[in-house]
Parts: sequence; structure tokens; C-alpha cells
Amino acid sequence: MSDWQMAEAWTLEEAIANIQQTEDTGKRYYAAWWFGKFRVQDERAVNALLAALKDETDRSPDGGYPLRRNAAKALGKLGNLAAVQPLIESLESPDYYVRESAAQSLEMLGDRQAIPALQALLAGGVAAAVKAEGKPHLVQPYEAVIEALGTIGATAAIAEIEPFLDHEFAKIRYAALRALYQLTQEAHYAEQLMEALNGNQLQLRRSALLDLGAIGYVPAGQAIAKAYAENSLKLISLKGILESHLQRTAETLDADGLQLLELMDSLL
Amino acid sequence: MTVDVLIRAVNNPTSAQDLVKNVAQLAATKDEQAIPTLVEVLKFNNPGAAVAAVNGLINIGEAVVPYLLENVDGYNYGARAWMLRIFAGIGDPRALDLLIEAANKDFAFSVRRSAAKGLGNIQWHKVPDSEREVQQQKVCDCLFLALEDGEWVVRYGAIAGLEGLSQAIPEARKIVIKNKLTEFLTTEPEAAIRARIQKAILSLP
Repeated sequence: MSDWQMAEAWTLEEAIANIQQTEDTGKRYYAAWWFGKFRVQDERAVNALLAALKDETDRSPDGGYPLRRNAAKALGKLGNLAAVQPLIESLESPDYYVRESAAQSLEMLGDRQAIPALQALLAGGVAAAVKAEGKPHLVQPYEAVIEALGTIGATAAIAEIEPFLDHEFAKIRYAALRALYQLTQEAHYAEQLMEALNGNQLQLRRSALLDLGAIGYVPAGQAIAKAYAENSLKLISLKGILESHLQRTAETLDADGLQLLELMDSLL
Repeated sequence: MTVDVLIRAVNNPTSAQDLVKNVAQLAATKDEQAIPTLVEVLKFNNPGAAVAAVNGLINIGEAVVPYLLENVDGYNYGARAWMLRIFAGIGDPRALDLLIEAANKDFAFSVRRSAAKGLGNIQWHKVPDSEREVQQQKVCDCLFLALEDGEWVVRYGAIAGLEGLSQAIPEARKIVIKNKLTEFLTTEPEAAIRARIQKAILSLP
């Protein structure tokens, strides 16, 4: 049985015991994952994760902090705003993956307090957004940061995000399109994401699918259903669009909603 | 081009993209001779080709079912998952037990969701009158269980399946399904699924 499968079978008490003990760093790592996966609300879990954000004992050969990474990821899923300040601090972690997970979690928590710290990571603009030396990633987690600013509603960041529409990496361009649509509601941004559904790289089509789902762009329904990608992803994307739509209609099922359901049915 | 030529093209592709195109062309013939070749394609690790093959086999329909039933055990997990989708798409009652098991127990939620939906698509006129009610009850029980799946998309598929099933059953049974869905509406946490429930309820008395 894999470690994940074994961990998945834990009870809440076991997971809490596992994150509190210090002997076995592997168990703490999986416990952090567990709390996020099962969206645990228990205060003990939240406190243990906040403590884990500062852990010094679990280090990876590349100098990273695996337990901190998992803790940063999990904290976004618990809906507990006590995590906001600590996650903002984690945006300055020397570990890129901690910074990235912190940005993603701050996006999930949606607290506007995070905006200045997120904006700070875009400093230097596109010119500074280059590969980190000797690493497989850029100097900052631009995609995660830009997406977070979009979701949280950081209209003050629009001018800073716009130049990223021309970044050499498509995924960062898509993140900018997504955020700018969320911040301005201007259709041309969403339409460019729809065009990306016809691109010839599967990874990029997948990104565009998920971005359209995240911004809830109803007119993209048909194009999403026809896109050349896995049905599972298309279903996730359409679900996102439907749920945005239902928020606007207070869950009244109208013609647009019915059409989205029909598209989803056809992909099952 | 004759089917033979197209079959040879599928077995001798010059590239992965070429394979997808060749499979789509073969599938478009809807020729029963193509069945073994199209089923073979499910074993290749090429999702685009598999999708084209699955669609082609569903379109060929009934003739595919005995061939698949004979071969389903021997194939790798990925191919079996595609086969279950084909059964779900055709709706032949000979695959009923396989679909019921898959909807509740398959390891992959993408298989569970398509099996659940497929159970709403069964060609009931092919089931003898004496057995129909018992089999429909089995399907209903299976889908009620699938409503409790941890994955949202499986619950969604179960509702679509129940909507399909309800069109083939007597009024008294439709009401049982309607009551179940109405109750489920009060506990389902995902808005998209609640919308699907609402739509299903609209089609019931």
C-alpha cells in the first residue's frame, strides 16, 4: 500500500497525533496533507499547521522545506482566516514552492490583506520574470500570484498585471488574461482564453479550460465541451462556469443553466 | 477506401497524430469488420485514438457487445475503462451487471460517472418482461448508492442516470425516485449538483 493510501485511512485523532510528534518527519508531512484533503476544521489541526509553517527540521536536498510546503497548501483549504497573516509572511520564504503554495492558499482564503504582499512579488515586472538560476522555475511564482490578485479583486494591480499579457510563457499570459477578466469584466480577455482552447499543446488547452472555469465565462460553454482535452477537465471547467452563473441567478435554473447542464451530461 | 485498407492504416501509423486520424476514418465506416481493430486501439497508450475508437464502437452499436464481453477480462485496466464507457454508451442490457459493479465500485471516478450515466440509457425493450422490474430495481438501488459517492461528478452522473431510468419505469416507481431526489436536494453541498437535481425533478410527475 502506498504511503498516501495508508495516510488516507487515518482518523482525525491519528492525524493530529502524527503532526504533533517530531520523530517521524514523513508522518508529519502526510498529516499536513491529510488536514487539507479532508478539510479539517478542528482548531488543533489549524494550530499544528501554523506551527508547521515555521518548521526547521524537514529539509529537502535542494534546500527546500517540504513540511512547510504541505502546510501552506493545506491552510488554503480550511477556510480559517487565522492563516492569512502567517501565509502572507510565507510569501517571503526562501523556498519557491512555499511561496507558490502560500499564494494559492491566499487566493482560496480571499482576504484583501494579502494584496500588497502579493503585488510585491511582481516587482520588476516582465523584465524580472525570468528563470531562477539552476532551477526549473522562474524567480517568483508569477502564475499563482497573478491568479490570486485576480480572484481577490485587486483592481489596484491591473496596471501591474497588464504587461504580463506579453510574457514569453503562455501559462503566465493566460494567468494575466484570467485575472484581468476578473478585475475588469472585459470580454476580450475571456475571448482570448477561448481562442487558446484551439491551441496545439494539450497542457495549454488544459490551462485555458481551467482558467475559463475559474472566471465563470458562460459564453465559453460550447467551446469548452468541444475542446480537444480530457472530458474530466471539461466537466470541472463547466462546473465552475455553472456555479458562477448560479450565484448570479440565486440558483434559479434558466436557459443558460439548462444548456450548461446539457453540455455536462454529454461529456459524462 | 475499403475497410481493409483503413484497418491496415490503423495498424501501421506513421505517428501518434496519424493514428488518431486513421482511427477516426476507420470508425466513420461504422463497419462491423472494424470491431477487433478498434478494440485493439483501446490498448495503445493514445487517448485521442481511444476516444475516436470509443465513439466509433458506440456508433456501430449492438454488434460490438458480444465481442467486448468476451474480451473485457483480458485487457489492461485502461482498456477496460474504455470498454465500460462503450457499454454505457450502447446501453445493451447484457452489460448491466458490469455497469452496476463499475458505477459503485470502480477505482476510477471517471469510470464510475460514465457507468452511472450509462445505467440511465439501458435498452429495456431487450429485457424479457418477466425480468424487467427486478433489473430496473437493481439499477435504481445502484444509482441511489452512487448518490452518496464522495466525488461530485459521480453523484452528477447518478442523477443523470436516474433521470434516464425514470423514463422507462411505471408511475409509482417514478415517484420513489422523485422523493429520493427531493430529499437529496436538501443535503447536497455542491450548487451545480443541486441544479442537476432540479432539472431531473422537472421531468418527473
